[in-house]
Amino acid sequence: MKYKLIFSIAKSLLLARWKQTLVAAVGVTFSITMFITLLSFMTGLNKLLDGLILNRTPHVRLYNDIKPSKDQPVNSAVAYKDYHNFISSIKSSSSRQEIYNSTTIIESLQRDKRVVGIAPKIFAQVFFNAGTIDITGSVNGIDVEAESNFFHFNDYIVDGRGTDIKNVANSIVLGKGLATKLLANIDDVIQVTTAKGEIFQLKVVGLYQSGISEYDKSVAFASITTAQKLLGKPASYITDIQIKITDLNQAPKVAKEYAGLYGCDAEDIQTANSQFETGSFIRTLISYAVGITLLIVAGFGIYNILNMMIYEKMDSIAILKATGFSGSDVKKIFMVIALTIGFFGGLAGLLFGFLLSSGIGRIPFNMTALPTVTTYPINYSLVYYSIGFSFSLITTYLAGYFPSRKASKIDPVIIIRGK
Amino acid sequence: MSEIILQAKNINKYFHDPVTVKVLNNITFSVNKGEFVSVTGKSGCGKSTLLYILSTMDTDYEGELLIDNETMTHKKEKQLALVRNQKIGFVFQFHYLLNEFSVLKNVMLPGLKLNKFSEAEVEHRAMERLKMLGIQQLANKNANQVSGGEKQRVAIARALINDPLIIMGDEPTGNLDKKNSEIVFNIFQELATEFKQTLLIVTHDEGFAERTNRIIHMEDGNIVT
Repeated sequence: MKYKLIFSIAKSLLLARWKQTLVAAVGVTFSITMFITLLSFMTGLNKLLDGLILNRTPHVRLYNDIKPSKDQPVNSAVAYKDYHNFISSIKSSSSRQEIYNSTTIIESLQRDKRVVGIAPKIFAQVFFNAGTIDITGSVNGIDVEAESNFFHFNDYIVDGRGTDIKNVANSIVLGKGLATKLLANIDDVIQVTTAKGEIFQLKVVGLYQSGISEYDKSVAFASITTAQKLLGKPASYITDIQIKITDLNQAPKVAKEYAGLYGCDAEDIQTANSQFETGSFIRTLISYAVGITLLIVAGFGIYNILNMMIYEKMDSIAILKATGFSGSDVKKIFMVIALTIGFFGGLAGLLFGFLLSSGIGRIPFNMTALPTVTTYPINYSLVYYSIGFSFSLITTYLAGYFPSRKASKIDPVIIIRGK
Repeated sequence: MSEIILQAKNINKYFHDPVTVKVLNNITFSVNKGEFVSVTGKSGCGKSTLLYILSTMDTDYEGELLIDNETMTHKKEKQLALVRNQKIGFVFQFHYLLNEFSVLKNVMLPGLKLNKFSEAEVEHRAMERLKMLGIQQLANKNANQVSGGEKQRVAIARALINDPLIIMGDEPTGNLDKKNSEIVFNIFQELATEFKQTLLIVTHDEGFAERTNRIIHMEDGNIVT
């Protein structure tokens, strides 16, 4: 069968009732537009909110927790090996928060293909002195380049330059809330007291705002060397190794493996932030549900219009059949009509969806929590465009299937006799 | 001895709604090549019903139907459609042109469906037939812009496009005035005499029937003469 002929007949039928065709196509266009816009906006927002936490959280974190030792000496004593030993008043040993052999561990991590990036970190408890007041807080010793590459450190610097902590000796980046409390500005010198009672003078080179204000009120960043100096530790001293891996979902497995391999504690991102996954999953689910509902409604519109068209074109169908078109030819003609509406309606929907979402993407949106975001976040993922387009074809196919089958079953004798 | 184009053997037909009625009773007859046959009878005698069975559109009957010495009984819908496309040309009482297409495209459609000739060739053949019927000036008009008599001539041109073995007509002049009826009859006459076209026309116009080669008269589902 010549498809060219089928297409030309379908085209003529479509154009003969172009207003109806347009209404049907606009239905599809509207639903695809809304589907694309809704999902782009929703997932854009999701990504932003998840990014607030997830961007800054390592996929796997190696550290030494403060906890009692698992292996108490009595258990290793040969004499009491076969006994059940009751020990009371065990105390946590906090003497070594340092990760042993950190240099070797980092070297071996760098050879692991699953690892995207490594950022070492030192965590130090300090007091920030402002006149007579001491504010408890912490200084994070970081490798500023690794931290920026893998955990977007520089995106959260609202004033000054984050990289200066590496270039300027004895410098510090303060959380914005903390700086307000200390009345400190860029280039001011502040004073910190370490847990061991030593006093240091540090120069403020930048202000940091994470969006979580409680955190910003107590945190500060310095280079690894500065932090080691604060704690009075040697150059190999590191308390945390933050690891970013290629596949986020592998994190729990990898964490377990590293904990065994390197003899330290390892925490994966899923354990650290279990509630985030759920939230974004539900939001995405709702967006899909709304989008697909819109498409189904458009599908019913097409179904109605095709049904009407078939009633109107009974005579034409009868004559086509009388002159040698078979039922399947007639069915193909109406399927082509339905799919054409779906195809062009869907295509226009993708275009309008893109325009509408990029329009939303231009609306100013200033969150104090997120200094780098100035407009509404839109996720221009091709996935939603391909889902939208395939759905427009699938719904129009289904909406066209039943009317087309009906058209193919029309008995020409009844129509021709009936006149 | 001329060859047989169409043969009906013991055809019985029942209508089941609302009660079972026998409308055709043991119809047996044949049409030879080049014959101009008319089927007459009163309203309700079953002549149209017979025509639809002979045209392969109605498959709900008993008996056997042969077209071109090939049995049509128990053929599939798709095969029957092909037979209608290739071997049968139709002219109906109501003109049944497709209003979405031009006159020319209406004539071309069965030819395009047959897909034996290229599109240009089908167009050429369609123009030839329109010329033969004296309506080539209508070719590019829309089907709903031409008059009733002209529509019927377009329908005849469409019936002729694939050089059918037989042309079947269901009251082709039933809806036309005297002048147009005359034109249509003359066309049929000319096709029969000059082109040896086989024609089977159902009509209740006695004047029309009298001038054909052979009259099959029907009464209450039986062939009388």
